Amino acid sequence: MFDFLEDYDLLEAFWMTVKLTVFAGIGSLVWGTLLAAMRVSPVPVMRWFGTAYVNIVRNIPLTVIIVFSSLGLADVFGITLGAADDVDVMSFRLAVLGLGAYTAAFVCEAVRSGINTVPVGQAEAARALGLSFSQVLGLIVLPQAFRSVIGPLTNVLIALTKNTTVAAAIGVAEAALLMKEMIENEAQLFLIAGIFAFGFVVLTLPTGLILGWLGKRMAVKR
Amino acid sequence: MTSVLYDAPGPRAKRRNVLLSLLFLVLLLLGLWWAWTMMSDKGQLDWAKWEPWLADSESWTTYLLPGLANTLKAAGLAMVIALPLGALFGIARLSDHRWVRVPAAAVVEFFRAIPVLILMVFANQFYSASTDISVDSRPMYAVVTGLVLYNASVLAEIVRAGILSLPKGQTEAAKAIGLRKGQTMTSVLLPQSVTAMLPALVSQLVVIVKDTALGGAMLSFAELLSARKTAASYYASVIPSFIVVAVVYIVLNLILTSLASWLERRMRRSKKSTGAVVGPEALENLETIGPKTIRMDHGENAGGGAGGGGGGG
Repeated sequence: MFDFLEDYDLLEAFWMTVKLTVFAGIGSLVWGTLLAAMRVSPVPVMRWFGTAYVNIVRNIPLTVIIVFSSLGLADVFGITLGAADDVDVMSFRLAVLGLGAYTAAFVCEAVRSGINTVPVGQAEAARALGLSFSQVLGLIVLPQAFRSVIGPLTNVLIALTKNTTVAAAIGVAEAALLMKEMIENEAQLFLIAGIFAFGFVVLTLPTGLILGWLGKRMAVKR
Repeated sequence: MTSVLYDAPGPRAKRRNVLLSLLFLVLLLLGLWWAWTMMSDKGQLDWAKWEPWLADSESWTTYLLPGLANTLKAAGLAMVIALPLGALFGIARLSDHRWVRVPAAAVVEFFRAIPVLILMVFANQFYSASTDISVDSRPMYAVVTGLVLYNASVLAEIVRAGILSLPKGQTEAAKAIGLRKGQTMTSVLLPQSVTAMLPALVSQLVVIVKDTALGGAMLSFAELLSARKTAASYYASVIPSFIVVAVVYIVLNLILTSLASWLERRMRRSKKSTGAVVGPEALENLETIGPKTIRMDHGENAGGGAGGGGGGG
């Protein structure tokens, strides 16, 4: 019953899913935090840019962004991210770029809501000491905000893990693409679907449990 | 708008802010200029590529509008089918009986942990293998099935949050006049929770609309994104077609998002309701996994602004 599995490399596909998640996750965390800082900054142009970015990116389907990164960026504009001769590497990098740009909008909103949980008195006290905006944000507010934002960010990370399947639309060899291929070639429909479903449960459930526990422990008790 | 993070700017800070604004604007304009030259180098700014979208109704009537109609049809169907299912599971998770609560929780958590694309691919193959649905309508069935399975589990959580958001006095009053558990649920809690949930349901529609595009890319479902593909090859206009389709999605979803926040404001003001609202942002605040707590994820990203009060479990 399980012998057909030998023709397919399941671990390789899920490893690709993990790689997409990790790279896009790191990228979106950096870019999303920057966007959040822009949205609360004293510079109106930056605030406006951050707001516009979040509202535009959040309302476009991720599929459109990923497909555009391949058909638009790579094919029309020739943006190949340093892998013009290797299609697999190129589509992987494009997928990471698309996923990161999309997820950053949600990271930004999560971090901003975290900033809102820091009591006003903290920022007021910091200002009373004469700290500048970047010091108030970097030394006082963000460290506290990040602790209370672990929960919401975990949800973003889990959503990202599931969203990596969209990379199948531009031919990145990750779990969903392999499943599509297997399910069309083999007669074991429910078994294959079950294996892939289980794979994603294994990826998302521990992440949720561990980070959820961490979030509860780290959150500033108020 | 002054923020608590910085003082009202004095003369030096004002100068610095103007300087930073200018610097940022210059960077932004550089980026835009780079994109613009890229576009013109590749001939994507030629009027010939834009004309079909801006000056010709045929591209809309033949390609985009039928695609958009399919997108809306799939999203609407998925919502209508998923809502009763979600309500059923949401209420089951609140049951007093362990043998009802635990399986319901397991089903909901299972379907929430699986990517919607996996569910769509599975449904597509299932319909082709074991039913006689025609090849033409199969993608639509598969997309709607995938969306229903995933969103019913998300809606179950919204329903549960809606019921839990009602004041305790509602249940107590119902008990006091001698209503049974079922009566309390159907005649007191559910009707009120529906109004409390409306904003969150509309926000979930945004997620569903965005997910339909997956079917277009992977299962050749004839929705807006695949309509773009056909039209782009017909008019030989790649980038403009992407821009037009993105604008359509943005406008559609912004309409839904503002409807959700308008509903939420109205609910909070209304005299009739108990003032309990599960707003779009409550979706983001509901906590992490666990049978006791309510957790929402963005799925393909639930809308909503910065966190307000969530309906934690």
